[in-house]
Amino acid sequence: MNVVNEKFQHRHAAHCESGVAATLLTHHGAAVSEAMAFGLSSALSFAYLPFIKFAGFPLIAYRMPPKYILKGMLKPFKMRLRFETFKDQAEGARRLDELLGQGHVVGLQTSAFWLPYFPEDMRFHFNAHNLLVYGKEGDDYLISDPVAEEPQRCAADALQRARFAKGLMAPKGLLYYPESVGHTEVTADAVRRAIRKTTRIMLGFIPIIGVRGIRMLANKVAKLDPADKLSLNYAGHIVRMQEEIGTGGAGFRFLYAAFLQEAAEITGLPELSVLAERMNVIGDGWREFALKAVRMIKGRETFEPKRLADMLRSQAAQEEEFFKALKRAVA
Amino acid sequence: MDVDAVPQEGNRTMGGHRRAMYARGKDGRMLIVPSRGGEVDETVTLQALKLIHDMTEEARARVLAGKTSPLEYWMYAQRLDLPQLSQVTGFWKWRIRRHFRPEVFAKLSEETLQRYAEVMGITVEQLKRLP
Repeated sequence: MNVVNEKFQHRHAAHCESGVAATLLTHHGAAVSEAMAFGLSSALSFAYLPFIKFAGFPLIAYRMPPKYILKGMLKPFKMRLRFETFKDQAEGARRLDELLGQGHVVGLQTSAFWLPYFPEDMRFHFNAHNLLVYGKEGDDYLISDPVAEEPQRCAADALQRARFAKGLMAPKGLLYYPESVGHTEVTADAVRRAIRKTTRIMLGFIPIIGVRGIRMLANKVAKLDPADKLSLNYAGHIVRMQEEIGTGGAGFRFLYAAFLQEAAEITGLPELSVLAERMNVIGDGWREFALKAVRMIKGRETFEPKRLADMLRSQAAQEEEFFKALKRAVA
Repeated sequence: MDVDAVPQEGNRTMGGHRRAMYARGKDGRMLIVPSRGGEVDETVTLQALKLIHDMTEEARARVLAGKTSPLEYWMYAQRLDLPQLSQVTGFWKWRIRRHFRPEVFAKLSEETLQRYAEVMGITVEQLKRLP
């Protein structure tokens, strides 16, 4: 089978889901940036989830759960996005080919572990990696993976494995494509609403989410036993979730700063540009935390969990002030 | 973060890929900058890989000593741990732990072995011994 969507343009993004959302919308005539897709879906967050283990450590997420961004695009763009999962794997493959044949660009949920073009050292069992398929040449699918700089190719059997990986958040062959996009412009109202939602999430009362979640993590870090060899792995794990897992650096804080700059123009609220700069400073604080943790991991500094905990508490305090100010700005 | 602070020293775990990062340009606008990565991200990835590697090698030693089955070795080698292996196979954790016992593993049905082999992306023949 040979089919290529010639009009499709690949874009490099920091995060898979916001990248997929922005690229799909742009392909359908609503030109949006990754940062806008991220901010407009109120995807920024912080969550410390001790009951979900990721590689033996608690899940620490700097954003809302998978599919949150895609679903967040439906209302602002009056988009009808069709999601399909499959019991029968062969049917899943057939349907993908059929949609490609009809000229669709198709989004897929996959496991990063089975994608051969991923660098060997980056292949971990993570089942919610999003990518787009824009064609097929012979047995190879043409892939626009947002976290890759250039378009990729993937053999059909490997892609099939990635689509039908089992386990936590198993994709079950999930594919999606827009049936229609009703709005191509972002409205000031939608932006303000999205920002308000983010402030609610970050300043909420659930102890493991938002600013309270950062404090909860700080308390956990303060209690780490420096003599336990796994404590350093715990610190490394926090940094890995923050800097490595498609965040654009600093746990999405820089990405959100980019969104706030665009938001300032759309809403005509210059205050948002000032806040974007403040978000940037907070992002730098997260990077300093990562640097400090790595110096301890490398043994250049004594491993003192309490110092890391203090840095986290300082981040929590700054974010609390920040989101209060942000809430006032869009009130 | 300013554009010139974006890490570019290189990160060998990225296999030559560059990742998109957001940074502030000269005019104050945030923009996407492809990054080759740096020491911070390289260190934490290598640390995570080393932990898996150590567990894999410990399991290998225990297989050689007859204390566990090759299943445990392959679990770590394929970057899984017990909770994950339980999730991907649908087997209870205690049941998998039982399959770690060499004498129990030796008697597993072809069907059970096939289930393990499939989720790990290896053949049943591979699963039965150390590489």
